[in-house]
Amino acid sequence: MLNNFIAAYSPDNLRYLFGGLGITILVSVASIIGSFIIGAILGVIRYVKIKYLSALVGLVIDIIRNLPLILILFFIYFGLPNLGVKPEVIPAAILAMTIFESAMLAEIVRSGIQAVDPGQMEGARANGLTYWQALRYIVLPQAIVKMIPAIVSQFISLVKDTSLATIILLPEMLYRSQIIYGQNTNYIIPMFLAIAVLYFVVCYALSVLARYLEKRQA
Amino acid sequence: MIHIFAHYGGTLLYGLGQTLLCSLIALVFSLIIGTFFALLEESPNKVARGVARVYIEVFRNIPLLVITMFFYVVIPLYVIKVNGFTAGTIGLTLYTSAFIAETVRAGIQSVDPGQMEGARSNGLTYWQSMRYIVLPQAFRYVIPPLGNQFVNLVKNSSTLAFVGGFDLMYQGNAIASSSLETMAAYSAVGVLYLIITMPISYYMRYLEKRLA
Repeated sequence: MLNNFIAAYSPDNLRYLFGGLGITILVSVASIIGSFIIGAILGVIRYVKIKYLSALVGLVIDIIRNLPLILILFFIYFGLPNLGVKPEVIPAAILAMTIFESAMLAEIVRSGIQAVDPGQMEGARANGLTYWQALRYIVLPQAIVKMIPAIVSQFISLVKDTSLATIILLPEMLYRSQIIYGQNTNYIIPMFLAIAVLYFVVCYALSVLARYLEKRQA
Repeated sequence: MIHIFAHYGGTLLYGLGQTLLCSLIALVFSLIIGTFFALLEESPNKVARGVARVYIEVFRNIPLLVITMFFYVVIPLYVIKVNGFTAGTIGLTLYTSAFIAETVRAGIQSVDPGQMEGARSNGLTYWQSMRYIVLPQAFRYVIPPLGNQFVNLVKNSSTLAFVGGFDLMYQGNAIASSSLETMAAYSAVGVLYLIITMPISYYMRYLEKRLA
């Protein structure tokens, strides 16, 4: 048994596995940045209640939030070629994650803005700022501070969800562990242990961070 | 999309049935396990609290797919043969139970501590007070988040597609590859998921507003 572990954790295999962790993190970070920008825009549109547009954005957000991420991955990677666009694996994974997470972040942004005391907006308006100036300089900066813990929690889900992209053959950690234990079934347990520990360490560290940020705010 | 329903309606409905079945089984069991660990976490015993904390953190911080694959790949190798549906449902149950434990715990904490004190001073034991006084009140707060967990369960049950669980996602994928009309097939699958998840989400949002 011990020999299996030693053989499974050969330098080559570990390098390959950590490369997978790198791709997991690359896809997660790229997606969270993209979805924060899109989510912020959509969240503000939802909050300010522009006729028809806000309702339409709300509907689209609800539809995306209520679909499985795997389906969105399939839409992007296997569906788009049907319409004549063939994305590469990594961009496809980032695009699918960004679409899904933007909808999640839009709701976080909207509730973050709503959590800011309405007196802040009234005060800013009374001091002569326009609605958009008040939103931009007074309300949004306070709202962003309030949403940070929720965004970190969302990022944890995102890191875990990148494992779903194995299904479109994204060479992340889970996929690479399967390649390694595919060569030798004695490596199955060592590989599951390794990826479980790696995912746990990354996600647990982030959840400690989220809890710390939440406490500091309260 | 219409002709996908016309040609493969039976297959899709069968998949939808498997998805709902798996989600319901996982909901019931994760509610039981989750409540158990929430009670352990709130118990006065230090060891029990530690055990609960470890369980919750482990299953919250490892991807669902890794847990499911573990039951699909490792367990048959060393313990007992399990099919994709069973492995998927077990994985889903364990993963969700950690989140439900947190939800139930928050529910227990939101009950006024005076309720427990009052029950204790009326002669009930700790577990009697928990069972008859605190938990029934806690569950009122827990219903909207539990509904949202069920929506997550339905969505997450799509991981069954990885392990040959014959759920909606699996069938949709099979239809996409046999009909070659990927967009239409995935759209049909999406519509079926939304028919289940959207009404529950909206109803839970309404309940949340009414409770607040």
